[in-house]
Amino acid sequence: MKAKHSLVTKEEVKEQYNKFVGRKFFFIFFFSVLVVIISGISTSLGSADISIWDAYSAILHKFFPNYFESDWLADACVWNLRLPRILMGIVAGIGLGVAGSVMQAILRNPLASPYTLGISSGAGFGASLAILAGAGIVSGKYLIIGNAFVFSLLCSFIILGLSSRKGATPETMILAGIAMMYLFGAMTTILQYFGEAEAVKEAVFWMVGDLDRSSWPKLTLITGALVCCIPLLIIKSWDLNVMGAGDETATSLGVNVKRTRIVTMVVATLLVACIVCFTGTIGFIGLVAPHLTRLAIGGDNRFVLPVSGLLGAVLLISADLVARNIIAPVILPVGAVTAFMGAPLFLYMIMRRGREYW
Amino acid sequence: MRLKVNNIEFAYNSTPVLENISMELDRSEVLGIVGPNGTGKSTLIRCIDRILKPQQGTILLDEHDITNMKQMDIARKMGYVPQSTTRVFPASVIDTVLMGRRPHLGWKSSEEDMDKVLEILELLGIMEFAMKDFNEISGGQQQKVLIARALAQEADILLLDEPTSNLDIRHQLEVMEIMKNVVKKKGISAVMAIHDLNLASRYTDRILMMNEGRIFATGDPASVLTIENIKHAYGVEVLVKSDGERPYIIPLRPIN
Ligand SMILES: Nc1ncnc2c1ncn2[C@@H]1O[C@H](COP(=O)(O)OP(=O)(O)OP(=O)(O)O)[C@@H](O)[C@H]1O
Ligand SMILES: [Mg+2]
Repeated sequence: MKAKHSLVTKEEVKEQYNKFVGRKFFFIFFFSVLVVIISGISTSLGSADISIWDAYSAILHKFFPNYFESDWLADACVWNLRLPRILMGIVAGIGLGVAGSVMQAILRNPLASPYTLGISSGAGFGASLAILAGAGIVSGKYLIIGNAFVFSLLCSFIILGLSSRKGATPETMILAGIAMMYLFGAMTTILQYFGEAEAVKEAVFWMVGDLDRSSWPKLTLITGALVCCIPLLIIKSWDLNVMGAGDETATSLGVNVKRTRIVTMVVATLLVACIVCFTGTIGFIGLVAPHLTRLAIGGDNRFVLPVSGLLGAVLLISADLVARNIIAPVILPVGAVTAFMGAPLFLYMIMRRGREYW
Repeated sequence: MRLKVNNIEFAYNSTPVLENISMELDRSEVLGIVGPNGTGKSTLIRCIDRILKPQQGTILLDEHDITNMKQMDIARKMGYVPQSTTRVFPASVIDTVLMGRRPHLGWKSSEEDMDKVLEILELLGIMEFAMKDFNEISGGQQQKVLIARALAQEADILLLDEPTSNLDIRHQLEVMEIMKNVVKKKGISAVMAIHDLNLASRYTDRILMMNEGRIFATGDPASVLTIENIKHAYGVEVLVKSDGERPYIIPLRPIN
């Protein structure tokens, strides 16, 4: 028996484990670099002719005017037109990727996405109400945004409230989420049924999701939401790991399961609602990014959260790059392009993966 | 007295499962809980760990009522090995065992935690699976990993729900020996639901026999594992032999 034990020594295991952790750090680094590179490429592409180096230079010129040169055209093009859009893609991708991995972990369900708690249906209904009926919570310029935000939260909080009465188990949450999705989806359909053709078209476009409406103030808001929400979620990621072993086990390890589930849900929901009300429902990223991440680095949420966020950003800005350039000057809705590019990649990864479970 | 359970009653959605259960657990004691399927052994263990909250009665842990304790403080004192678990998302064996350190650490695990985990893996002879995924090892190996996690918790009381149900005969004995040694060496106590009456007889200090949610008999193995008691609780005819100290049970046939 002793001989059998000494097949693998502690040192070997430790070394392997450190390698395993190193791999996870590598992915954080790798995707961060990828975000920078793709942003650069994306900034340089467009109707005005700007090279990649001009693009980087124009960006850095703002921070280090003495070291980097920039001309007026590049400056205007980069700072006013392209950068807000690309940065919006980055923050939205990060938010959706992180929220997706949180939702999946907390609901222990590979089908969960940032929209599981009815955010997209609530937002879709809110926006439709604003576009089609002109009615809403706030008025003027922010009618659509405000409506989408408020209704997505409303929808989520109804689900959270109902399911927490039943002990907040993953199953009740998911089922309540699906019920609300049908309910709000039906209300949206009724609205569309009575709507003007043009307005219906606008509402449908809103729901597909795009980055056209990016601007610096919006970007600041979303970044603020990111900065508030993501650290909170990352602090909880160790508890998410423990909850992956089941509610009973997590309780026996000292985690207040119900509270943790509701707190992380509320935080993730807020984060997604902030993004969705500006971009529309860019759906696929929050589902795919966590899965691709787990295929690459395993299920430790302390790493899954950041890597999935970065991967979400990579996916979204790559999709946006394609959406803007493939049949320029027409800009395809990025929400649709993400699904177009993401779905085959996702299927390929699923077929290739060596294990039966998630 | 480590643990004192006073008159607890528990019902799942108003179907009563436990009635009038009282028991005590001493320092360095291994208490076995036996009884037919569905009598409430697992339920009792979950109540003790406050995973379930009994509708009546009190549970005192080192003289403190656990209803007034934080879940984290309970986790530092009691470790729990569930009857079975499933994982949806991947986790390596080593990370799974590291989760047992959760009650003792914040966000980050230290080198010291790692060393403790490795020591326990070695103790249980599962070092070679350390880097494998929990879902990719056999049921018996998984059971050992769950035991390892509870040991990593360094609790004063271990609650084990059929810790040997998936193990082959050698590993059953091995795990029981390990538990016995750990209990003796560290002065901790264990409560163990167990189906194998012979294992219970050999490795526990005291046995609590349950039937239909009540305590049917309690005492040392020889006084509980009698022909009469087993006939009454399980409806099985057995022969009981003895090596002088511990009884051996040889099952004969079910009684209709
Ligand atoms: N979650 C639940 N909801 C409702 N009833 C339950 C639940 N879990 C168990 N029960 C019922 O409570 C009773 C006791 O179950 P428990 O799991 O405690 O039995 P057990 O003694 O551990 O059985 P086994 O030997 O099969 O593990 C059973 O009749 C069972 O049907
Ligand atoms: Mg049981």
